Amino acid sequence: MYALNYVRPKSVAEAAKFLSAHPEAKLLSGGMTLIPTLKQRLAKPTHLVDIAQLAELRKVEVKGGKLVIGAGARHHVVATSAVVKKAIPALAGLASEIGDPQVRNQGTIGGSVANNDPAADYPAAVLGLGATVVTTKREIAAENFFQGLFTTALGEGEIIVRIAFPLVKRAAYAKFHHPASGYAMAGVFVAQTAEGLRVAVTGAGPGVFRWKEAEAALAKSLKPAALEGAKLDASGLNSDMHADREYRANLVRVMAARAVAKLSGKK
Amino acid sequence: MAKVTIKVNGKNYTKSVEDRTLLVNFLRDDLGLTGTHVGCDTSQCGCCTVHVDGRAVKSCTLVVAQVDGAQVVTIEGMAKKGKLHPIQQAFSECHGLQCGFCTPGMIMATAGLLKDNPSPTDEEIYKGLEGNLCRCTGYINIVKAVKRSAKLLRGK
Repeated sequence: MYALNYVRPKSVAEAAKFLSAHPEAKLLSGGMTLIPTLKQRLAKPTHLVDIAQLAELRKVEVKGGKLVIGAGARHHVVATSAVVKKAIPALAGLASEIGDPQVRNQGTIGGSVANNDPAADYPAAVLGLGATVVTTKREIAAENFFQGLFTTALGEGEIIVRIAFPLVKRAAYAKFHHPASGYAMAGVFVAQTAEGLRVAVTGAGPGVFRWKEAEAALAKSLKPAALEGAKLDASGLNSDMHADREYRANLVRVMAARAVAKLSGKK
Repeated sequence: MAKVTIKVNGKNYTKSVEDRTLLVNFLRDDLGLTGTHVGCDTSQCGCCTVHVDGRAVKSCTLVVAQVDGAQVVTIEGMAKKGKLHPIQQAFSECHGLQCGFCTPGMIMATAGLLKDNPSPTDEEIYKGLEGNLCRCTGYINIVKAVKRSAKLLRGK
């Protein structure tokens, strides 16, 4: 990687101040995407601003009817936290399926959400549950936060502080792992929320998206079979050496059916 | 340059390093602890697995400054007073290796797995070692070694 300077601010406020003074600096959390990116020389930041050690970003709690997870919470912590398991077990399950154990011990929820990799798992939960991304500047609804391939609503120097997930009746996640990387070839998060049923898809398109046709079909009948007739346009989906778009569309349908089956407790 | 103070295998080290120095290079080049291997250098193979504050991580995907102030355990820290760690003993007994290149990482990943789950099923072992690749064995004896390790650690 190119030469750079490492800094470790003592607070989120200090990190934000540093970022605004150094426009070519980059935030470092777990680094599970950023460090490989630097090694490939795909980025050349002047500074790495490490916020992973900040205790203020690590809290996991249920507050005001929401499960609130600090941006610095590592995947392993989310996967094993008694608070998460009780509040939204599907979210703990999703975290336990990210990457591999070493990645889960280091990677963070805030880093994953900020990066918005089209095949990352967390965006499916954030959008599927209708969560709110709380930053140093504002609160952003999931719908407005994710803006396609590695793109989010985050502005320059804006830092994710925590993510607030509304507690829902039931939720489930089903994922088809890429056999080598562990990333989602297709991952579907289904949630029965107070406002209705939500279906969020990751891995298949250029960014996480809601499958509205499936939501409508499942609103009528919450059974895997209801998805058979739900329209899914494959033309916008990813097509690569691992899976063409028609195959991915089929995976989405199968994963959605598995998630719905999990929802009702049936295998 | 970054000044880092790290406890490695129970011993404190303070060194000045380039900010971009990876933890694995620090261990190998600055401390001479060459048991931690660089396999793929892309965080896929797990040969570089070490423990940072008790959790298994891939040392090729961390800059050493990130672990300033932390406690690191490498494969060299496993054996005590010339006696193999039970996991090392199990890998030897079950011949959980062929060329041995991945073995330090396998052992450190196994230590991490068994800490969280002292009696894993086969399925849990496969999942627990997902971050480690072996290109020789086909994993059969590695899985046996993990089971044997679990038994030895449980005192059987």
